[in-house]
Amino acid sequence: MLKQRGAALPDGWSKPMSRIELRNVNKFFGDVVAVRDFNLEIEDKEFLVLLGPSGCGKSTALRLIAGLEEPTSGEIIIGDDVVNDVEAKNRDIAMVFQSYALYPHMTVRRNIEVPLKTRKIPKRERDELIAEAARWLDLEPLLNRRPAELSGGQRQRVALARAIVRRPRAFLMDEPLSNLDAKLRVKTRAELVSMHRELARTFVYVTHDQVEAMTMATRIAVINDGALQQVGPPQSVYERPANTFVAQFIGSPPMNVVRGTLVRDGEAFAIDVPGGRIPLPPSLGPTAAAASRADLLVGVRPEHLSFDGGPVRAQVRVVESLGHERHVICDLSPDEFAIVRLAADEPAPSVGDTVGLTAHPEHIHLFNPETTERVS
Amino acid sequence: MRDAGLIGEASATSSLRVRTRRNARLREALFALVLLAPSIALFSTFAFYPLIKTFYLGFFRSDPFGLSASYVGFDQYIDVLGSDRFHRSLFTTGLFALFTVPTGLVLGLGLALLAHQKLRGMIIYRTIFSSTVATSVAVASVMWLTLLNPSIGIINYGLKETGFEPINWLGDPEWALPAVSLTTIWLNLGFTFIVILAGLQTIPEELHESAKVDGAGAVSRLFNVTLPMLSPTLLFSVVVLTINAFQSFGQIDLLTQGGPLDRTNVIVYSIYTEGFRNFNEGVAAAQGVALFFIVLTLTLIQFRFLERRGFYGN
Repeated sequence: MLKQRGAALPDGWSKPMSRIELRNVNKFFGDVVAVRDFNLEIEDKEFLVLLGPSGCGKSTALRLIAGLEEPTSGEIIIGDDVVNDVEAKNRDIAMVFQSYALYPHMTVRRNIEVPLKTRKIPKRERDELIAEAARWLDLEPLLNRRPAELSGGQRQRVALARAIVRRPRAFLMDEPLSNLDAKLRVKTRAELVSMHRELARTFVYVTHDQVEAMTMATRIAVINDGALQQVGPPQSVYERPANTFVAQFIGSPPMNVVRGTLVRDGEAFAIDVPGGRIPLPPSLGPTAAAASRADLLVGVRPEHLSFDGGPVRAQVRVVESLGHERHVICDLSPDEFAIVRLAADEPAPSVGDTVGLTAHPEHIHLFNPETTERVS
Repeated sequence: MRDAGLIGEASATSSLRVRTRRNARLREALFALVLLAPSIALFSTFAFYPLIKTFYLGFFRSDPFGLSASYVGFDQYIDVLGSDRFHRSLFTTGLFALFTVPTGLVLGLGLALLAHQKLRGMIIYRTIFSSTVATSVAVASVMWLTLLNPSIGIINYGLKETGFEPINWLGDPEWALPAVSLTTIWLNLGFTFIVILAGLQTIPEELHESAKVDGAGAVSRLFNVTLPMLSPTLLFSVVVLTINAFQSFGQIDLLTQGGPLDRTNVIVYSIYTEGFRNFNEGVAAAQGVALFFIVLTLTLIQFRFLERRGFYGN
């Protein structure tokens, strides 16, 4: 899609810093809290993904940055300026919507031209900028078509062309891939990453798809119930989730989280869970003990459990094959179960077998059962 | 021999299949006819028969008692359609449409744009603005008869209070048509408002938001997003309002009876006068046929343009 242009960017791309900050931002719709006490700094040229389930407030947060919603309280800062009172059109940002929001009565050329025309850019310059954007996104043969005559992927490229044509200092994207089929989504994902690299601009991207977040973001901001849960690079969010929501929202299948009790096992610490006892590594025991409570939530990702006759007894309920891997669902007790991920070539137990599970000690996560926050 | 037998069997099977298919199609057609029968009966009684009868009556001149007396073929059509009286009536109707349609459309659009705002209590305004759709022509005409009354009407009272001369709205040949038009605009406003508001609600909010982010102000959004997206609805309203204007009768009959000096004698009122006052059934029928073709043309224009609406699907 995007043609490689090397490091040289055309004139007009040197822009002031496009750092974005939301400081103590709240947004209420009547009694409904959409965004709660949001404090988020997005660095210049960063690709930040706002990730969360439907209705968690991520799109509202994006719309607050865009100027399409006014915060109930708090400050929105773009560059060095507080922009709460600045209209959307004056924030120098571009937005790509989930539905692409193309004007159906206009040709592709006119759609791309709109942001230039509204800024009264002379015709000659407009034509040059449109030609350039069309070249970048391989839209040249489609310039005289209308949106109804384009495929989903082509419409998405037109939406991107309309966003880049006026060279804004930041791009806001609200689930732009969700209307594409799976194959095109994978392709476009990679193209957006290279577009971010080439344009060297701040990207704020909203999605509920953790795969998009993990593959595209330089940092992920996980949101739930209008509140920020964790902000960090994808790998760090995956490896050290801040609470059980993040732990179970990121990762597929989700992290196994079961109730346990901290016990002393000689000199070391261990956790009693349904089905047996998990010894804690020396690094984790004192931390858990410092939480000064015996009851804890124990989290282990499915790939960090193995069937090697370990201390936790479980009965195999289901074995699911996904081709490249298998998920084995094991009952630890009538109420608790765990999922184990196996590579396709690893031997899997049969349904009904009683197995011994081992949790890899360096990948055990402990959470406070009251606050659900991480304690280790 | 065996091959010939097989071929014979195959051809018998194939002809059986053709017959079965034909029977199935016949049954389907009969079933469709049964389903359509009530509509066909209603349309035949109240639309097709009167239409054909009107065409037919136009070929006969009426005697002074209103009975079809002599067959004159197309002569009567030629006479009526070429007459000054018909031309004047057509002109009056055109003027009436010119007064009512653009003004009604602009007012309806304005009110719809106001009522489309997401503001508290807007539902009350929406109810008020659309209320005229539930008002009968008779009630509206009587109400406006009072409002436009030269002595006790509130409009003349307002004119006097602001230093203007009072106007004999319905009695002055210069003012009668504008006064009837005013009543008609008010009467149609509810319909226009509802149709345009419905059209506005179908425009995806994201288009406005995208335009906002792209730098478009309120006026630019109105002309570059709202109006183009609304154009099929506006066209539909124009055509319906024009057809309404060409078919107006009630308010004319109740307010001016076509006068003064035939200044409000629109086509339908002229048909009524010829048919039911002058008992010129043939002339009324010929004018009715002319009106039918005018309305048909307008409807075809509407269909033609509305077909292009598919273009707007995203």
